[in-house]
Amino acid sequence: MTDVLLEVKNLNTWFDSRAGRANVVDDVSFSIRRGETFALLGESGCGKSMTALSIMQLLPNQAANNMSGEVLLEGQDLLQLPEVAMRTVRGNRIAMIFQEPMTSLNPVLTVGVQIGEVLTKHKGLKGAASKARIIELLEAVGIPDPTQRIDEYPHQLSGGMKQRIMIAIALAGDPDLLIADEPTTALDVTIQAQVLDLLRKLQKETGMAVLMITHDLAVVSEMVDRVGVMYAGQIVEMASRDDFFNEPQHPYSQKLFDAIPSMGKRDEALAIIPGTVPDLAQEFHQCRFADRCQFSWDTCQQQVPRWISGNDSRGVRCHLYDSTIENKSRVAEKVELISTSSSNTGEELLTVSNLKVHFPIHKGLLKRVAGYVYAVDDVSLRVNRGQTLALVGESGCGKTTLGKGIIQLVKPTDGSVLFNGADLTQLSQNELRSRRKDFQIIFQDPYSSMNPRMMVGDIIEEGMIAQGIGDSAEARRVIVDELLQQVGLRPEHRNRYPHEFSGGQRQRICVARALAVNPKIIVCDEPTSALDVSVQAQILNLLKDLQKQYQLAFLFITHNISVVAYLADDVAVMYLGRIVERGSVQEVLENAKHPYTQALLSAVPTIDKESKQEILRLEGDPPSPINPPNGCHFHPRCPKAINECRSEYPKSRTISSTHEVSCHLY
Amino acid sequence: MLNYILSRFFSALIVIFGVSCLVFLLIHMVPGDPVELMLGESARPADREALRVALGLDQPVMTQLLHYLTNLVQFDLGESIHQRQPITQLLAERIPATVQLALVSLVVAILIAIPLGAIAAVKRGSHWDQLAMGFSLFGISIPNFWMGPLLILVFSLWLGWFPVSGKEGLSSIVLPALTLGTAMASILARMVRSTLLEVLGEDYIRTARAKGLSEVQVVWRHGLRNAMLPVITLIGLQLGTLLGGAVITETVFSWPGVGQLTIEAIKKRDYPVVQACVLLISLSYVVVNVFTDIVYAAIDPRIRLGDGE
Repeated sequence: MTDVLLEVKNLNTWFDSRAGRANVVDDVSFSIRRGETFALLGESGCGKSMTALSIMQLLPNQAANNMSGEVLLEGQDLLQLPEVAMRTVRGNRIAMIFQEPMTSLNPVLTVGVQIGEVLTKHKGLKGAASKARIIELLEAVGIPDPTQRIDEYPHQLSGGMKQRIMIAIALAGDPDLLIADEPTTALDVTIQAQVLDLLRKLQKETGMAVLMITHDLAVVSEMVDRVGVMYAGQIVEMASRDDFFNEPQHPYSQKLFDAIPSMGKRDEALAIIPGTVPDLAQEFHQCRFADRCQFSWDTCQQQVPRWISGNDSRGVRCHLYDSTIENKSRVAEKVELISTSSSNTGEELLTVSNLKVHFPIHKGLLKRVAGYVYAVDDVSLRVNRGQTLALVGESGCGKTTLGKGIIQLVKPTDGSVLFNGADLTQLSQNELRSRRKDFQIIFQDPYSSMNPRMMVGDIIEEGMIAQGIGDSAEARRVIVDELLQQVGLRPEHRNRYPHEFSGGQRQRICVARALAVNPKIIVCDEPTSALDVSVQAQILNLLKDLQKQYQLAFLFITHNISVVAYLADDVAVMYLGRIVERGSVQEVLENAKHPYTQALLSAVPTIDKESKQEILRLEGDPPSPINPPNGCHFHPRCPKAINECRSEYPKSRTISSTHEVSCHLY
Repeated sequence: MLNYILSRFFSALIVIFGVSCLVFLLIHMVPGDPVELMLGESARPADREALRVALGLDQPVMTQLLHYLTNLVQFDLGESIHQRQPITQLLAERIPATVQLALVSLVVAILIAIPLGAIAAVKRGSHWDQLAMGFSLFGISIPNFWMGPLLILVFSLWLGWFPVSGKEGLSSIVLPALTLGTAMASILARMVRSTLLEVLGEDYIRTARAKGLSEVQVVWRHGLRNAMLPVITLIGLQLGTLLGGAVITETVFSWPGVGQLTIEAIKKRDYPVVQACVLLISLSYVVVNVFTDIVYAAIDPRIRLGDGE
């Protein structure tokens, strides 16, 4: 076919360091046809972003010219172009949007100026003509009030709006190819759904091709025509979307599918990929995945697998599919089953009643209180011993504040938290401190939640000393060693510093730290959202295992519905500081009543399109918790709102003995 | 924006009041008897008493403070003991020269520092960077009392391009402004370099490059403005110092500014004048800081459009 737009041939990109040369992009070849969407899929560090930056020649300084191979845009090799000529390609024929809309826009320039720059540079538009085109672009990406927004600054816009502006900047040059580097990873699911819809619509209108860089199988499933899977700098599998989802070939691709948590896998441990990605600063004489592969045999350790092309541009880099090599693969072990016959004792551990956390807003010279942020407003919930309650909702809905309010890391304004019979809100500082051993917290970001200047052993031991656990330093060390082994680390890791560990390992250390004081409940605040899916599987397995062993209760704060489906017993859905629906995990996920829950669930991209129930798209962003809308907080965005919704906040209605919903429809 | 400016002025007023009280107390914190210090031990008791009355030191402290503050509001700073002139008049003669020198030095500093720092940041690790930072180190290490005479030697005595000292005509400001400006530029250039380096690593710089903009546009439009905030803080602090009178440089070049007046007053133990000079130095810091805050807001919309908190 001659309609190939971009052809990447044997692209190599490397970084030089004292350890040697690391080929972060290693002999990568693929092509993108006009109007097509092609995805590079892989976990962090696999080289997918570096491939995109190499195409744009926007590599970080230390690797700016470390490229070889060919990047052919309609037959013209971009790598041979001088920088000045490359500038007429960037933003014009190939545009790019990035993962972090929060930091990708210049904070001191207005939205209009930032879009106008591209028009001036590539289209020669200035003044009124430019302004008219900017307004057109803002309309095209779904920004309300474009004539007003044009003079606003990025900090006045929400995250979803900023990503729309980024898309408008990219569209301004009428590009043939749009490179989207994790365009929705930093956004909430409802906003993600909006942005993905927008990209699809624009692609249909403009006929541009899209190179989508993502780690999310579900996004791939919903958006792309063909996909290339990257591992350790190489493409290990390439297939059309349908072929890939029907039958992933490379063992790594298969593992990626198996590692995704879901309702159906509740009774088994998630597949994990043992070990870590190999260091790229070496010469490979074996398959890069061999050490982690469940099928590998001696050939895999001795010979680099070649690229095996199948029909219809399908291909895979694996000895399993090489007819010239005798297949001596091991038989894959069956995933171990862990009985999670819910250890529900019915014994109440934590009861939160009418909890409120309001933050005053100070204004003016005299700092008088001008209003409140109703971060948590009248929330009641219950967690039983050994059970997991998942708290879901979009960012800013107050779920983290609720978690902190429960364990008294922020002082609640009103309400009570009964834990083991005592009201935590009434305890003095000293009483509270001695009770802290019963409730612990694990934070979202394992990179910043540990003191970088303390050794791992000291981090774990600190809580034990504070709570008087272990009679001597020697006794405590024994416990620390046990804990480290329990979370899958080695005792000698005790004397290392946090930066020496990977993200998943760090989160294990955080789990060990929480466990050290024998808690009864752990508040897990998005503990896996900063981690890759295969690493997430390890942490979820660990948590599930520990729960069974110690009758631990979890309050699991997350926005990831598939994690909820896999792990939770009960679910509470939060919107603007209030719980709008709660029930058992089956009730809420399979029989959602509240329109917000329904919308949230339908916004989650799924791997199999057929299972999708009715699609409910939310418009706009969640309102601010400073001035929540009158009546039901959700009514301005609710597709099913009736008159009552505008005037009165709905009372909680009972659907079943465990299922409650706050909605006028029921 | 208006709210923001008003709140900045309001806080400045409070600071000015505090500073005025402190300056007033200065004369009472001098160890021993100020009158004896001013007149020397050999002075006659009658003279001492006369001075004490003239300075109001015979009154209770609170009365003195009240008196001092009421006068201050009316821009009456008292009289110089030696020159028998109202201090406001003395200052009025000196302030224009100091402001002139300060502003010209500032312009010199900015003109040197921003290109120098920007080149060093953009060409990080290159010879340009080393050269720029070498110059900067040179400028920081050389004291003004050495730099001044060196410039006089080369440009006045050898080349005869500029007058040796004093304030006559435009050319007389060149050497003192160069002396002050290069010293300031050295520190500023380092600041420009480090903040610009930080900004050039930001995501929005990558976005700007992805638009196909040239490196000059990227650095100038997207980089420098974001890098300016810390630089402006430093400029403000330095300008505050300059407006209080560049004591050493003014002395070296016999520049008739506030700095020189301060030195003379200290030498002659003219306490009311010293007091007024200290007050002026403090005030210039406050005023410059208010001004810096306003410039911040002009540059950064997050400050301007916030509610002034």
